[in-house]
Amino acid sequence: MAVFIDTETRLVVQGITGRDGSFHTLQMAESGTRVVAGVTPGKGGQVFEIENGGRVPIFNTVDRAVKETGANTSVIYVPPAFAAGAIMEAADAGIAFIVAITEGIPVLEMSKANAFVRDRGSRLLGPNCPGLISPGKAKVGIIPAQITTPGPVGVVSRSGTLTYEAVDQLTRAGIGQTTCIGIGGDPIIGTNFIDCLSAFRDDRDTEAIVMIGEIGGTDEQEAATWAKENLGKPVVGFIAGQTAPPGRRMGHAGAIISGSSGTAEEKIRSFKDNGVAVATRPVEITDLIKESLGI
Amino acid sequence: MAQSIGVGGERMDIHEYQAKELFRAVGIPVPAGEVATTPDEAARIAQELGGTVVVKAQVHAGGRGKAGGVKLATHADEAREHASNILGMEIKGLTVGKVLVTAAEEIASEAYVGVLVDRRTQSPVFMVSPEGGIDIEEVAATNPDAILRLHVDPRYGLLRHQAYRLADFLYSDPKLAKQATRIVTLLYRAFTANSCSMAEINPLIVTADGEVKAIDAKVSIDDSGLRGLPALETLRDVGAEPASETKAREADLSFVKLDGDVGCCVNGAGLAMATMDLVKYYGGEPANFLDIGGSSNPDKVVAALEIIASDPNVKAILFNIFGGITRCDDVARGIVEATRTTRIDPPIVIRLTGTNETEAMEILNQAGFSAFTSMDEVVERAVQLAAEA
Repeated sequence: MAVFIDTETRLVVQGITGRDGSFHTLQMAESGTRVVAGVTPGKGGQVFEIENGGRVPIFNTVDRAVKETGANTSVIYVPPAFAAGAIMEAADAGIAFIVAITEGIPVLEMSKANAFVRDRGSRLLGPNCPGLISPGKAKVGIIPAQITTPGPVGVVSRSGTLTYEAVDQLTRAGIGQTTCIGIGGDPIIGTNFIDCLSAFRDDRDTEAIVMIGEIGGTDEQEAATWAKENLGKPVVGFIAGQTAPPGRRMGHAGAIISGSSGTAEEKIRSFKDNGVAVATRPVEITDLIKESLGI
Repeated sequence: MAQSIGVGGERMDIHEYQAKELFRAVGIPVPAGEVATTPDEAARIAQELGGTVVVKAQVHAGGRGKAGGVKLATHADEAREHASNILGMEIKGLTVGKVLVTAAEEIASEAYVGVLVDRRTQSPVFMVSPEGGIDIEEVAATNPDAILRLHVDPRYGLLRHQAYRLADFLYSDPKLAKQATRIVTLLYRAFTANSCSMAEINPLIVTADGEVKAIDAKVSIDDSGLRGLPALETLRDVGAEPASETKAREADLSFVKLDGDVGCCVNGAGLAMATMDLVKYYGGEPANFLDIGGSSNPDKVVAALEIIASDPNVKAILFNIFGGITRCDDVARGIVEATRTTRIDPPIVIRLTGTNETEAMEILNQAGFSAFTSMDEVVERAVQLAAEA
């Protein structure tokens, strides 16, 4: 098993003809994902060719793509000015799981789009995230498939390349993953840590979880408290930004320490108080996971 | 304020006089005033306004009054004198380059009104308090019942009854509440029209004549919203930030200058922070945060290296690149290019892994660099080199 995406995933790529969209469509197809449709307004009727002779039909609207191909998952590579609209279009078309890769969507627009998605009962991952991969089954987004391998560990993270770092180390140590999820670094995101932990709890194959957080906000603390009460599986945690000065944003829009809230110290304390094993360096994540799996 | 519940977003702070212009544009009553960069200009504005004026330092820092950056003047000469003292003054490390000269008001009472994006509820939230003029976090700590929080559904905006509820919490006098209803409605309009992450009036005053007015204004604009609002970009005060940060922004790099001696060039914000933490773990101090972002071309790497090397504190430079979208060979080409065109004194240590790693290693080896594959190794080496320098 895996969470959110697997072999049943039927993917529509919004922005399939763009530079990022076309490049990553090829990569996703290569990782075994069933890419069933693309959407670019004005290019309906054209075809996007993937390797091994695969042909992905392009539609003008997500609605048509869903009706014609039975797409159930969407990934968004459209520019920031149109991305909130693209998210709402996917939700309106009945897409159950929407992954927004786009960086730089205005916060107020995201706040509207998120409410819209929730009302329609869809799930949004991101925006400004690397997406997710269930190794050997499906990949939606931009995580490099070659650093992953199937296995018993669920990975959830607010960051992109730091997630690659951790996953790469796990894979090199021979420890595979059920699903690796990047939830994104923006202040307003669709799927948070608790949503992912809850999905990993319900996934039979996930035996242990890696949770990688950052300074800013209180999501990690809430997730740690939730895990203690509800999870019943071991968690290894890491927090980036221990040396970040207060009041300065560190690239990720969400990574800013404001007032007294959201420091690395506070998050690490909350992890420890709630039974999460804390890695002080990324390299320790693998050792702690080995311990928790008894290997 | 209100940051304890989490202002979100990369943001651009603007000055009080600029915030007041945005307020004035939607119809929020603010006292007459103009900004000056010289004492003579300040005197002229005071003369034109007539009566008592306030001369206020324009810097992105709180506590201006306590630092002596806010002074009353009863006539133009006095305004000139205050302006000449305040201009050039340092407040919390920032040099004052502008003063706002504004008509003084007789204050009967002071309230607080603010709106910001709350990441927890993922919606705008208003906070109002009849106890204004002081730090609202202090009110939140000592007298939380004196603050009303109200969440706004961004799809419908601030509804009329909600605006009235906020106003009614501030004023029992219906005449004042009526004015305040209009002001909070207009504040929400300014907030959304300018893609703000925070807009604050502190204090909102009642004058001796029973008029409700905004006499101070603080606004932060969501950087992501600036793309659609190019007029707002002109409000950025580049004099208020280190030159290296301006240069980084122009090169589309995410950069924060720090005080250490190990320069860091990393792809991805999370990995960049983890790298800085590791520098500290091995006994060093990071000189900066720098995220070169995804799909970085060699030009960006050149700019990054120049910015880091221009900091005289930097004793060693480390690259930590995990190729995903970013291709390692692009970064390698950038490093080679930068070292060929610019003289870079501090030693450079490099860790590259992921997409096109092999090609990158070849490029670096040919240019005489060696590269590490582990993050711990490269950081430990950089700290060691900085210590030996």
